Amino acid sequence: MIGASKIKQYSNVLEKPLSKGKQEVSLSAFAFLFSELVQYNQTQVDNIAELERRLEDAGYAVGARCLELLCHREKCVMFMPFWLSQGNRRETRLLGILSFVHSTVWKVLFGKVADSLEKGTEHEDEYMISEKELLVNRFISIPKDMGTFNCGAFVAGIVRGVLDSAGFPAVVTAHFVPMEGQQRPRTTILIKFAEEVLRREARLG
Amino acid sequence: MATTASFIIVSRNDIPIYEAEVGSATKREDAAQLHQFVLHAALDIVQDLAWTTSAMFLKNIDRFNDLVVSVYVTAGHTRLMLLHDSRNDDGIKSFFQEVHELYIKVNFLQLGCSVHVLVFHLSIVEKN
Repeated sequence: MIGASKIKQYSNVLEKPLSKGKQEVSLSAFAFLFSELVQYNQTQVDNIAELERRLEDAGYAVGARCLELLCHREKCVMFMPFWLSQGNRRETRLLGILSFVHSTVWKVLFGKVADSLEKGTEHEDEYMISEKELLVNRFISIPKDMGTFNCGAFVAGIVRGVLDSAGFPAVVTAHFVPMEGQQRPRTTILIKFAEEVLRREARLG
Repeated sequence: MATTASFIIVSRNDIPIYEAEVGSATKREDAAQLHQFVLHAALDIVQDLAWTTSAMFLKNIDRFNDLVVSVYVTAGHTRLMLLHDSRNDDGIKSFFQEVHELYIKVNFLQLGCSVHVLVFHLSIVEKN
């Protein structure tokens, strides 16, 4: 091998350990990749709704894999009694999975927890995760003729992937919310849970 | 040591994505089908039980003659189901954890695809 590297080469991808490894990825590399993703999809569709759906589907694939991996890496849990061995824990309650998304998933993907998690006032099944400036939107500007299109649909897809895989089916969308006194609008991820989730929550008490 | 075991991985949508039989005892021809039947019958029980606890390892959820069903539910509600004669729980638990790690790695390639490379891991069950 020319230029012996310090990193051990694994012949089989299955032998590679699941540990954290290098946690940081270049922001510019990601921004470049993401812009290519959006542009590629733009050429494939002829309306905004379809473009949003495609970005969401791309995010869904990320979310489903993220859930399994992060749950596995999260070894310590606050409320676990000391006599339980290093058991991983699943989330079975609504608030549990929401705070998992809001804190753990956001921290791993974007380097910080989400700005806020709120419960909708009008409907029982609506929750909102807000962010002042979504990482994926930082280098993107939406032209006027695209209306309410939001590239945060990718992040909405990630959230939907996590919730769906954990057994909490929901409709997740991303919206711009204009704030007084601020130039750029805030981004809100709106999560609307399916009927069965609420029924199960009520049954579990 | 004569052991029989049947192992199935069932995805969230109730599609089996991996099946394996292991056993050093003499098998009847229909034993494999019987094992599959027992495991599928246990799916209902797992579904209810999975929501009552946040643990991943559910042991001895169902019995059939002298065989016992144990299940390990992952975060994405993929069920690793094992049909075995009742033996040490720690060995079974560590077996499940190793399979879980392998499953996560394979999951990155394709969601819910079949997995062939887990065959060699069943030797761990033999050792236990």
